Amino acid sequence: MITIGVLALQGAVREHMRSIETCAAKAIEIKHKEQLADIDGLILPGGESTTMRRLIDSYGFFEAIQQFGKQGKPIFGTCAGLILMADEVEEQVQSHLALMDMKVARNAFGRQVASFEASLDIKYAGNDFKAVFIRAPYITKVGPKVEILATWQDKIVAAKQDNYLCTAFHPELTDDNRIMQYFVSMVKQREGSPVAAEI
Amino acid sequence: MTNNTGTERVKRGMAEMQKGGVIMDVVNAEQAKIAEAAGAVAVMALERVPSDIRAAGGVARMADPTITEEVLNAVSIPVMAKARIGHIVEARVLEAMGADYIDESEVLTPADDVYHINKSDFTVPFVCGCRNLGEAARRIGEGASMLRTKGEPGTGNIVEAVRHMRQVQSEIRKVTSMSRDEVMTYAKEIGAPFELLLDIREEGRLPVVNFAAGGIATPSDAALMMELGADGVFVGSGIFKSDNPEKFAKSIVEATTHYQDYKLIAELSKDLGTAMKGVEMSTLEAGDRMQDRSE
Repeated sequence: MITIGVLALQGAVREHMRSIETCAAKAIEIKHKEQLADIDGLILPGGESTTMRRLIDSYGFFEAIQQFGKQGKPIFGTCAGLILMADEVEEQVQSHLALMDMKVARNAFGRQVASFEASLDIKYAGNDFKAVFIRAPYITKVGPKVEILATWQDKIVAAKQDNYLCTAFHPELTDDNRIMQYFVSMVKQREGSPVAAEI
Repeated sequence: MTNNTGTERVKRGMAEMQKGGVIMDVVNAEQAKIAEAAGAVAVMALERVPSDIRAAGGVARMADPTITEEVLNAVSIPVMAKARIGHIVEARVLEAMGADYIDESEVLTPADDVYHINKSDFTVPFVCGCRNLGEAARRIGEGASMLRTKGEPGTGNIVEAVRHMRQVQSEIRKVTSMSRDEVMTYAKEIGAPFELLLDIREEGRLPVVNFAAGGIATPSDAALMMELGADGVFVGSGIFKSDNPEKFAKSIVEATTHYQDYKLIAELSKDLGTAMKGVEMSTLEAGDRMQDRSE
């Protein structure tokens, strides 16, 4: 069985753990960077991106996560996780982990009173997906390697680049596990590939 | 395609994203920025921190909107603000200003000594205080999307927050072990909505997050509350009433994340300067106990 870790510094960790387990994979909470060696895929959960970034730096996660990604291991970011993965953040000089060739805007739909639910069609995951957007970001620009998986009112809200997957909304807050299932399949595919055996 | 704002899932979900984090009381933009830089997941915009409200006496109301606005413009993390218990208009004003969360709070002087706000009517989510499962369930029934212990605000004394967290946890365990026919009588005894108790019995937990608040003054206090099952912590007077707010704020954030890493907490607690002085409960007059202002 494959093992998926959830970065457990702050945010909606428990919901992702449940979702992973529902998809018949083993879930563990990642609190120390050494634990990255024990997992096949990593989830950067929703929460406050500024808080998570500070804790990522305090505990030496920054390079460890980048390295994890460079090995070709899948990483899935939701909401704050998506912000952490972007190359560029609007109105900020510095980005965070810079894993994906894209630019994002924070709180792009507005403050909490503007947070909403919407039904989306998502490539690889299926149609009529109930998406929960909470002070959500969206992607304002993507590079050639990034594949757009879903949009809401012409804004990009889900994307994929090689072993990286991200959504601006929170699939973990509903019982619909189709996106998690897709991520699990990304992890399994890599585990079964010859590239994985070499590393 | 539909687009729905203010749904229960969106309101409760917002609180889920705050889990494992620290929410700090601030009274101006400068403090808000210090809190954000230290890693706070949200700030609570206030005119005075609870210990100053306690010292000032008189009627404590919603903060001057100038302060709330200043804080809203200063940071990108969520901003919460307090309305008086039962004060529908203060809450509507805060919602109209764009506050991300409203604390219907016993720290302010209640505007209604019988009814709380019907929070389900609002698009903005609410957090409310509770001392036991009955209060917790009534607030959820009224539409609160997040709970916190009441503790005894502005005292720097953790004893009441500990009492309230333990009480809620213990009553959840009790209801979880009940047979269905016992739940109705228990609902009557503690004044809780029956259906909600059935849900809690099924899930073994509250349907919303429950933070610790009221008296947290040190990194160890924050870690203690996490150990007792809090989903996160509110720190009111503790940070900006300490000698070195910046360091204090960072230490509390890290102690909350790594609440079982005791060596780290020892390091975090070194040279923090003096924590706020604190108040012993037996010295408080009955009328000075903020936690008794509502049930």
